[in-house]
Amino acid sequence: MYVAVKGGEAAIANAHRLLADRRRGDRAVPALRLDQIVEQLALGVDRVMSEGSLYDRELAALAVVQARGDMIEAIFLVRAYRTTLPRFGYTNPVDSGAMQVERRISATYKDLPGGQVLGPTFDYTHRLLDPELAAGAEVETPAQRPVEPEAMPRVSAILAHEGLIEADGEMPLDHVPGDITREPLQFPMARDIRLQALSRGDEGFLLALGYSTQRGYARNHPFVGEIRIGEVELELDVPELPFAVPLGSIRVTECQMVNQFKGSAKAPPQFTRGYGLVFGQSERKAMAMALCDRALRAGELGEDVVAAAQDEEFVISHSDNVQATGFVEHLKLPHYVDFQAELGLVRRLRAEYEARENEDKVEEKKEAAE
Amino acid sequence: MNAQSTEIATYNFAYLDEQTKRMIRRAILKGIAIPGYQVPFASREMPMPYGWGTGGVQVTASIIGPDDVLKVIDQGADDTTNAVSIRAFFKKVAKVAVTTETAKATIIQTRHRIPEHPLNAGQVLVFQVPIPEPLRFLEPRETETRKMHALEEYGLMHVKLYEDIAKHGRIATTYAYPVKVEGRYVMDPSPTPKFDNPKMHRSPALQLFGAGREKRIYAVPPFTDVVSLDFEDHPFEVQTFDQPCALCGAANVYLDEVILDDHGGHMFVCSDTDHCEKRRADSTSPSWGGRAKGADGGNGQSSLSSTPTPARRADPRHKGEGKEAE
Amino acid sequence: MDIATQSIDGGFAEPVFNAQVVFRAIMDAMARPGAVQDVPQLTRPPAPLSATAAAAALSLCDNDTPVWLDPPLQAEASVKAWLGFHTGAPMANTPADAHFALIANPKEMAALDGFAQGTQEYPDRSTTLIFLVDDLASGPSLLLEGPGIEKTSMIAPPGMPRHFVEQWKQNNQRFPRGVDIILAAPGSLACLPRTTRIKTMEA
Repeated sequence: MYVAVKGGEAAIANAHRLLADRRRGDRAVPALRLDQIVEQLALGVDRVMSEGSLYDRELAALAVVQARGDMIEAIFLVRAYRTTLPRFGYTNPVDSGAMQVERRISATYKDLPGGQVLGPTFDYTHRLLDPELAAGAEVETPAQRPVEPEAMPRVSAILAHEGLIEADGEMPLDHVPGDITREPLQFPMARDIRLQALSRGDEGFLLALGYSTQRGYARNHPFVGEIRIGEVELELDVPELPFAVPLGSIRVTECQMVNQFKGSAKAPPQFTRGYGLVFGQSERKAMAMALCDRALRAGELGEDVVAAAQDEEFVISHSDNVQATGFVEHLKLPHYVDFQAELGLVRRLRAEYEARENEDKVEEKKEAAE
Repeated sequence: MNAQSTEIATYNFAYLDEQTKRMIRRAILKGIAIPGYQVPFASREMPMPYGWGTGGVQVTASIIGPDDVLKVIDQGADDTTNAVSIRAFFKKVAKVAVTTETAKATIIQTRHRIPEHPLNAGQVLVFQVPIPEPLRFLEPRETETRKMHALEEYGLMHVKLYEDIAKHGRIATTYAYPVKVEGRYVMDPSPTPKFDNPKMHRSPALQLFGAGREKRIYAVPPFTDVVSLDFEDHPFEVQTFDQPCALCGAANVYLDEVILDDHGGHMFVCSDTDHCEKRRADSTSPSWGGRAKGADGGNGQSSLSSTPTPARRADPRHKGEGKEAE
Repeated sequence: MDIATQSIDGGFAEPVFNAQVVFRAIMDAMARPGAVQDVPQLTRPPAPLSATAAAAALSLCDNDTPVWLDPPLQAEASVKAWLGFHTGAPMANTPADAHFALIANPKEMAALDGFAQGTQEYPDRSTTLIFLVDDLASGPSLLLEGPGIEKTSMIAPPGMPRHFVEQWKQNNQRFPRGVDIILAAPGSLACLPRTTRIKTMEA
């Protein structure tokens, strides 16, 4: 006799125990410590902070190890924790011009005030696997030039002297920045909201879209005006105090793309900008974000919307990897009730189809016989 | 301030923080006041994936109190993995009593089914919704579908359904079958089989719908008209089954097809596990064992088993029993 | 007692559970228009704010919801301070900006259509009105029908706005736009969502 499957609770508990076992792996190998992940898998930790929208290296490291290195799972863990945290307030806008820069490059000028600073980059490394690293060789102390005490001007500010680049955003003075984690998304959206969504958007998705703009799907002639990585100060206004309270600093990557623009009915010929800003060190993400931001400004700049990267609803609705993975993976859940309904329909349609075919054959035979 | 023991002291009662609950509660009230209209809300990340019931979980978490009795079903069953997981979540974060009995629950969270047992006034049915927009597959843009709802412009939906009729001779939508609520909004009933649509019409229970990933909440108050879209010459009809449940003998319920072997042997049993168990426990049930048709007696009226697939039942009590008209 | 002390006292003793109880009463009332839901006395607000109206405000309002007060409430600094302390809600400058409006004297209130009605695309962006009423039975009877009501239901709040039946009919006609009303009486409340039609009113 058929007995409905029972014991779902026990099965789930057992699956989770097995997961914990596999996560730990061979007990003869020392368990990873969070500080090891923070220090030695720093860029992975940065990605989790950035797309998890929570700046906490230790929690991100915990998420990485708990997720067995699955980045989207780790991002999800961080998001689900973040959402339970109370909101104390909003910091003042960070001033990336005052950043304590560790890396800063511009592709639009050979040299510029503050200089080109390569910093800790993979660029120009030859991608040869390093056996010495596997052997745990000691690493040399790095040589760095002393940090310049005065701020490095942003390239956009340099170009602005000539009036050939659009100014910083045209937001009205009383515009209160939105918060995609507190308000439902609404299309079309203001650029501040869009940038928030892009900043937590999936690196791979934005990378592919940014790449598509370079290959002619909404080409926007980008130049890297500047990429800078470093520490920026966070300050919070407290109503009871006459000054902003410093909260510490965070590491961010900022990319300003400078895009050639021949002008449209809406805007004069000038350089336009695409902007990327993410937690931690992630040039690829910041650059992809800047390309997408510029593409998504098509409407504002009077360009024709012809490609996926310019389509705000398409890009923003599908850029969140926590949402995307959930919905794709939900196909694993039982759907047998709906499948049963479809099965019934297909069986019925099929029976009708075969009945018609048979009728036709009978007709043909009849005709042949006549 | 909060009611949790030290074990999970960092989480509020029912997981969500109070500000989030208030935001969701406001959306629920607006949903009730505008039946069938999708209220945008700032859906939160939940500790289960988007697409796995986060909308329903947020709605339940926002309405549930310590005195509630919660039932969670998925595909009509209390023991499917996701139902087990969500029930365990609320047991843990809200410490509420849980039940599998439809009649005893004050809140029933569901995915893909409406219980067979009629619901009462005072019960709340919370649906998990993947894609709340009934027009989404006809028009992918939110900006456009919102306009259509605003202008009550539902021609596209009727065209789609009518194309089905032209092509297949019938409306080829079997689940998530669109309904019109109180004569105004076209609404997605969530991916329940259309068999369940009539249960929504003037139900005494409050029906709440949560779509977490798509960030929408909507509602059907009790005693509200919910009419499945159809045409005069092609009236709406629900699935029927040739045979009753092979386990409890219930007719006029939604059945799952259970595969018994790899030679096409299968049987049909209640999708609503609580309903089935109740009937089997109640041996005086008049339907028990008496209503089955012949094993391969398709009568051709059914949309679900009109192809004469021989149903070989494992339960010997049903074998070769007499036919009886429905 | 000075305003500062007054504004701190009298909130929910158990914010999480009290808010849930009050919300469920409002939800059930909104889902069953005209049905009276009991609400225990959970707040002690400064007059003329009533305990039931205050409980509704505490369970629904916060920083995200501008609140409008009618002149009798507006006139009491202690009411503003109390609501500000317990909800954090900003005061709406005009009725049309309000997510919620607390009305101590519905009889003298401005027209319903002066409050936010929502838009055709977003009819949810409307004001929810919370009327302070003495009871739900001593006024002219309102015979109600619509979603949430099996056949008809009856409610009789005293001191309702002038030309209320006519105003409410217009509110119905604006559907899906329109306002919803929470009637807050001592120890109980009832709701009139925008879908509820008033069939007749006996004077």
